[in-house]
Amino acid sequence: MSWVDVCSIDDLQPNSGVCALVNNQQVAIFYMPKEQAIYAIDNYDPFGDVHVLSRGVIGDIQGRPMVASPLYKQHFDLETGQCFEDDTVKVPVYGVQINVGRVEVTLDGAAQ
Amino acid sequence: MSKKQTLVVIGNGMVGQYFLATLMASESKGDYHVVTFCEEPVPAYDRVHLSEYFAGKSAADLSLVEAGFFDANHIMIHLGDRAVSIDRVNKTVWSEKDVEVPYDKLVLATGSKAFIPPIPGHDRENCIPYRTIADLDDMLAAAKTAKVGAVVGGGLLGLEAAKALQDLNLDTHVVQFGPRLMSAQLDDGGAGMLKQKIEDLGVSVHTNKNTIEIVDGESCQHKMMFADGSELEADMILYSAGIRPRDEIAASCGLKIADRGGITIDNHCLTSDPDIYAIGECASWQDQTFGLVAPGYAMARTAIDHLAGREQRFTGADMSTKLKLNGVDVASIGDAHATTPGALVYTYQNGVDGVYKRIVVGQDNKLLLGAVLVGDASAYPTLSQYYSNGINLPEHPDSLILPSRSGESVGLGPDALPTAAQICSCYDVSKGDICSAIAGGCTTLGALKSQTQAGTGCGGCAALLKSVLDCELEKAGIEVNTDICEHFRYTRQDLYNLIMVGEIKTFNTLIEQHGSGKGCEICKQAVGSILASYWNEYVLKEDHLGLQDTNDTFLANMQKDGTYSVVPRMAGGEVTPDMLIVLGQVAKKYGLYTKVTGGQRVDLFGARVDQLPLIWKELIDVGFESGHAYGKSLRTVKSCVGSSWCRYGVDDSVGLAIELENRYKGLRSPHKIKFAVSGCTRECAEAQSKDIGIIAVEGGWNLYVCGNGGMRPRHGDLFATNLDKATLINYIDRVLTFYVRTADRLQRTSVWMDNMEGGLDYLKSVIIDDKLDIVQQLEDQMQRVTDSYQCEWKTTIEDESKLKRFRTFVNSDKHDENIIFVEERGQVRPASQEERADLKLAGTA
Repeated sequence: MSWVDVCSIDDLQPNSGVCALVNNQQVAIFYMPKEQAIYAIDNYDPFGDVHVLSRGVIGDIQGRPMVASPLYKQHFDLETGQCFEDDTVKVPVYGVQINVGRVEVTLDGAAQ
Repeated sequence: MSKKQTLVVIGNGMVGQYFLATLMASESKGDYHVVTFCEEPVPAYDRVHLSEYFAGKSAADLSLVEAGFFDANHIMIHLGDRAVSIDRVNKTVWSEKDVEVPYDKLVLATGSKAFIPPIPGHDRENCIPYRTIADLDDMLAAAKTAKVGAVVGGGLLGLEAAKALQDLNLDTHVVQFGPRLMSAQLDDGGAGMLKQKIEDLGVSVHTNKNTIEIVDGESCQHKMMFADGSELEADMILYSAGIRPRDEIAASCGLKIADRGGITIDNHCLTSDPDIYAIGECASWQDQTFGLVAPGYAMARTAIDHLAGREQRFTGADMSTKLKLNGVDVASIGDAHATTPGALVYTYQNGVDGVYKRIVVGQDNKLLLGAVLVGDASAYPTLSQYYSNGINLPEHPDSLILPSRSGESVGLGPDALPTAAQICSCYDVSKGDICSAIAGGCTTLGALKSQTQAGTGCGGCAALLKSVLDCELEKAGIEVNTDICEHFRYTRQDLYNLIMVGEIKTFNTLIEQHGSGKGCEICKQAVGSILASYWNEYVLKEDHLGLQDTNDTFLANMQKDGTYSVVPRMAGGEVTPDMLIVLGQVAKKYGLYTKVTGGQRVDLFGARVDQLPLIWKELIDVGFESGHAYGKSLRTVKSCVGSSWCRYGVDDSVGLAIELENRYKGLRSPHKIKFAVSGCTRECAEAQSKDIGIIAVEGGWNLYVCGNGGMRPRHGDLFATNLDKATLINYIDRVLTFYVRTADRLQRTSVWMDNMEGGLDYLKSVIIDDKLDIVQQLEDQMQRVTDSYQCEWKTTIEDESKLKRFRTFVNSDKHDENIIFVEERGQVRPASQEERADLKLAGTA
C-alpha cells in the first residue's frame, strides 16, 4: 500500500467533506468527529456527470454511513460506494487513515 | 361523418360557461365546432358572490373563465353581442350585430333577469337591478352621493344586496313584500331569528311592505310609498324581488313556453325542438324553474350526456342551500315548511345565542323531510346526508339539533354514508369518487381537493371531506406516516416546538435528545432551517455547517456542471447605474454568464467555488450584499415603478418593496418566499401570484397571501384591505412567522394554505383576531430575526478560517479541469458531454 499525504486533520470539515487531488484523481474525504470516522470515495457523481460528491450532506441511512449527492440527492454508501437508489451504480472507495495528525489516502485496491 | 357539427350556445353566464367547460373536459371535446354568444361585455363570472365586488374583489377575481380558455378550446365567443332570433327551419341564429351562425345543435342558456316591480317611478335615477357587474358599477357611481340605500326584496339575493350596500357605507334598509325574510327557504321561526340577527348588524328590515310608487323624497332623492300608508326615503334603490326566466328568444321562434314562464324542457333538457336544448334558469322542467346554480349545472351535464348519446336524465333538484349572510349562518333543506301530509316537526330555539333549528320528519319518525338552521349551520352536512340518502334517523331525531353538552357526537359518521352519497354538490363528487381517489394515493386534504375538485367550490363540504378522508385512511389501516425521516419520529412542526421549548441550539443536541442515528440530508436541512429561523445564527458556524443544503453550504446556487451562480440583492429591483456598472465589470472580469432573473435582479453564472469569495469581496466592497438566492428564504420583493413615475400609480410601490425586502431579507423558512408590490390595481408586479402580494388602493394597501406561480399556479387570497403601512407590516410579520412555525418541510405557502383546516378564515382568526393568543410572540420572533440580520457573505469573507472551505482541492491550487465552457450568443455556457469529449481530444492531439 502506498499512502499519499494529503492534508492536516485540521483541514477537514467536521461532519462534512473536502476534496483532495491524489495522483490527478479527485477524492472526496468525509469526517465525522463524534464517531471518529473518516471515509474516502471518488468525487465523481455518475448521475450528474460532474465531480461534486465532496459537497454533499453526510449522515446515515438504516445505520449505513452515506453521502447525498448535492445535485440530484442520490445516496452513496461511504464504506462500499454502493448507490442506495440504483443497485447497478457504485462509486470507487479509497483507503484513508490518520497518521499523527496527517490525513493519508491510498488509491491501491480501489473497490470498483 | 366528414364535417364537424356546429354547436351554438346562447348565453355565457355561470351555467353556459359550466356547459362549455364540462363539454371540453369530456370525450365529446372534438366533436363540435362551438360558437357562443355573450350579451355582457365580459365572459362568465360568479354571480353568486357579486357582493364581494364591494369587499375588495375585482371583476377579474369574480371571473369563472380560465385565461385562454376560449382560444385553447377553439371556441368562437361573440362578446357584448346578444343573440336576437332563431330560424328553426334553416337552423340559423342571428345576433344584434348581425352575426349569422348556422347550427346543427343549439343550447339556450339565457338565464334570467331581475324582476322589477312595474310601479310608477320604478325607473327613476339610481334605481338599479342587482344582477350584473354593470349594475355593480352603477351602484358604485350612485354610492358617491348616496347616504341611504334600500333593497326591494328580502330573499337570498336581496340580503346579499343589503350586504353590498353596507360595504358601500350606506344606511341600509330591506323592504320585504311578505311577512318573512327568505320566505322560500325559511319558516316563520327561522325567518324571525334571521331578521333579529340582520337587524343587530345594523340593517333595518321592513316586512309586509308593498311598494306602490316611488316619488321625490324630502331628505333623500327618493321616497317609497307603501300600500299601508307608510313610507321610506332612500337615495339608492336596488331591485332584488325575484327573477324571471329569459325566454323571449325561445318564445319568438315558437318553442313551447311553460305557463309560469321558462322554456319547457323534458328529462333530457330538450325543448319542443329536438335540436335545441335549454339549461339553467331559463328552463322550466315539470312547470318548475330553478334559481340556483347546482340544478343548472346538473342540466348542463344532462344535455352533454344526451348529445353524446348517453342516457342520463335530469330528475329535478335538491333546493337545499347553506350560506353565510353578513356572517350569519343560514341553511335550508327540503320541505322546510312542513307541507308534507303528516309531517312532524322538532324545533330548538335559543334566543340568548341567536340560534334557531328546526327539522321536519316523516310520520313514522324515520325519515328527514326538511330542515331550517339559522345562527348555527354546523348540523347541515349531517342533515343533508340524512335527507338526500334517505338514511334512517336515530331513535330521538331531536338529538340532531339539540346542543351536545356531554361531549357525545350525534353526527353521522362518514362510514354510514352510502357510496353514491354526494359529498360536494358544486362539482358533483360522490363518496365513491373520494374513496377511489384516496385508494389511488391522495392521502392529504390538499391532494384530494386537487384530484377530485371536491371542496373547491363553495367549500361547504370541507369538514365532511376531511372526515371521509380520516375515516378511509383509518379503515385502510394506512397510518399516515408524518415522520420527517428515519432519524426523528416527529413532523417538522414537532421539531420546531421541541427546539423552541427546549431552547435547543444545535442539531447534535436535538438528535441526542430526540432522535437516533447520524441524520441525513432531509432532517439536517430541515433542522438547519428551523435553527436559522428561530435563532438566526450564522449558517456556516461550525455546528450548522454540515446541515446546509447544497446551495447554502457555499452560499451560492450549484449549477448542473458543479459551478455556482452569484446573485447580489437588488431590493425592489432598484439599482443605480454605478452599481450596475460594477456588476458588469465583475461579471466581465470573471467571465460569468449574465442573465436578468424573474425576480428583478441579475444572476451571474459559472463561478468556480474558489472564485466565490473573490467575486463577493469585490461586490461587497461597493455595497452589494447577499441576495439569499441560495437559501430557502426570502428571495425578492418585486415591484412596479409606482406613483413616483407612473401616470396611474396610487402609491409608492418601489419604496414599500425596498422596505419590505430589507425587513425580511435573510429570513429562513420551510421553502422560498416571494413578495411583490403593485402600485395600483393594474397589478403590473403580479402580486397575486406571490406568497405575499400587496396592491396599493385609494384607501391604503390590500394584502394577498399564499399565491404561487410556478408548476401549480394559485391566486393569492385577499387577506385584508385598506391597511396602513404599520398594520400591513404587523400582519406580514405574523403570517410569515406562523408559516415558518407550522408548515411542513419544503411546503410553499400555497400548499400550506390548501392543507390548513379552516383555510383562509382560520388564518384570519389567528392573525387578525388573535384566536390562539400568540400574535405578540409571532411579532417578537420576527423582530428578533430582523434585528439579528447579517450579510452572510460579509461575515464569510471577513473570517479567514471560513475561507479555507472555498478551495477546489484541500491539497492543491489546481482547478477542476472537467469544468469546460463553450461560447454561445457572446457568453459562456457549460460544454455538453459531446463537446467536452471533442475538446479533450483536440487538447491531446
